[in-house]
Amino acid sequence: MSTLENAPSLEEQIAQWRNYLRRRQAIHSVDVAELEDHLRELIADLVGSGLTTDEAFLVAVKRMGDLDALSREFAREHSDRLWKQLVVVSADSEESRMRARKDVFVVLCLAVAAAVLIKVPALFEIQMEQDTGFYARNLSFFVLPLLTGYFVWKRQLDVRTVRWLAVAFVVAAVFANVYPFTQYGHTEGLTALHLPIALWLIVGMAYAGRRWSEVAGRMDFIWFSGEVFIYYTLIGLGGGVLAGIMGLIFNAIGVDVEPIFASWVLPCGAVGAVLIASWLVEAKQSVIENMAPVLTRLFTPLFAAVLIAFLVTLIVTGRGIDIERNALIAFDLLLVVVLGLLLYSMSARDPQSPPGFFDVLQIVLLVSALLADAVALWAIAARISEFGLSPNRVAALGENIILLVNLAWSTVLYVRFLRGRCSFSLLERWQTEYLPVYAGWAAIVVILFPPLFGYI
Amino acid sequence: MEANIQINKDLIAASSTPIVLAILAEGDSYGYAIIKRVRELSGGRMEWTDGMLYPVLHRLERLGLIESRWETAESGRRRKYYRITPSGRAQLAEQRRQWEAVEETMRNLWSALQASIPAGNPEPAGVLSNGG
Repeated sequence: MSTLENAPSLEEQIAQWRNYLRRRQAIHSVDVAELEDHLRELIADLVGSGLTTDEAFLVAVKRMGDLDALSREFAREHSDRLWKQLVVVSADSEESRMRARKDVFVVLCLAVAAAVLIKVPALFEIQMEQDTGFYARNLSFFVLPLLTGYFVWKRQLDVRTVRWLAVAFVVAAVFANVYPFTQYGHTEGLTALHLPIALWLIVGMAYAGRRWSEVAGRMDFIWFSGEVFIYYTLIGLGGGVLAGIMGLIFNAIGVDVEPIFASWVLPCGAVGAVLIASWLVEAKQSVIENMAPVLTRLFTPLFAAVLIAFLVTLIVTGRGIDIERNALIAFDLLLVVVLGLLLYSMSARDPQSPPGFFDVLQIVLLVSALLADAVALWAIAARISEFGLSPNRVAALGENIILLVNLAWSTVLYVRFLRGRCSFSLLERWQTEYLPVYAGWAAIVVILFPPLFGYI
Repeated sequence: MEANIQINKDLIAASSTPIVLAILAEGDSYGYAIIKRVRELSGGRMEWTDGMLYPVLHRLERLGLIESRWETAESGRRRKYYRITPSGRAQLAEQRRQWEAVEETMRNLWSALQASIPAGNPEPAGVLSNGG
């Protein structure tokens, strides 16, 4: 009798408990359903052993565990969810709002510092127009140390780590500037191109902080890199519109802003925007749904279609690949894009969900990219002796092989995952452990190539 | 009859994987039943916080050691069942070898201790003593 009277109130209590759980971002609604089933069974058993429903509810909730501890445990297991939760929670209290404001202030200061820094060499008569080589080689040093500094401050890294990061930057600066490069030579161009890649890993170490050794920490960094790229592109587009309108309206009053734009607005804006973009990714993660995964879903099928069309055309027409200067670079870019698509669809994927149609599509993309690249590599290998080993060609070939190895093994792991032979986490682990390889190769190009090829 | 020994948190954490895998190796099961089985097998000495089982299950699922499916129980409630995978069985076999090695080492240690300090009151595995 009393059980019947209490029945609605028990439902209310359970509903309340469910709502508490739902507010935790680390616990998704399917998990809430699973936990609720557990709670109900527990209550039923306790009532069966003689407790009233009220008592049973209290005991059962206590047995389920403290909600804070529980959601912390869930967050540890599902760190991708935690990633979104951090920002939302911190917007709640007064103290965290203060912290957010301080964050904005620090980032703005750093962005201004970057803008000032890029104009400092001009004080020493190193002009952007004449000394393009100097600026190209050193571009990373106007931005990346500041960005690293931001993460050092944000993650409160210990002194030892900071010292290593600083040493890395100093060593890089030495190698970028001591070699007697031929002006506008190949090796100088290679250094300018590869130094940011190597140094981006240093930024990653600061970004991930103590979590650098964990798969999840590095995966977050991959995620972060893609989002920064997208935000930076968006800021660049906006900046382009702003510059165009500025030019037009000043033109109307007969003032040419082109020189000021080229020497001040563009360089200062370009370096400052890196910091702003990074901060936006850090702070606004949950405001906008993450973009990279969305774009990935959109472009994976399109790229797969283009690649298949390419392969079919290749077979039907029987044309060989025309190996000219840029063929290898084109295929490097192709592999980079495919790798990007793979990485971001991975980071957007719920590791628990079973293989689906999109996974098959991903494999089609991977396999067709590998085939296209294999055809290109074969054509190049056949004629490499004709062309000789120029530094550009060796660098591009190295990159091609590094990407090819990564994608080939990724395909194997992906197929195994689809057939239920291994878990998705193996694929994540492979990707995160591969990160240092890119930076390593970039470092080799920066450090060894100039002396090897006589600074041409 | 319940000896109230609180088992240390680290030990519970370390043993949770083989325990869950072993219970699932007996047959497919769901969270509440797993907790109940643990209580039953340990004579109430392994007190798991019920909710904490689920992050463990989700981790094992992510690692591909177990897989899950939703089923509708006769009461009409949906319930998530877990099943051990072949790689889960392999992992269980591996864990079993490791735990047996630890067990044996401990047993040897306890008996060595018993020989040298006869006054002590060691607790051989599986036998409840009152510790007095």
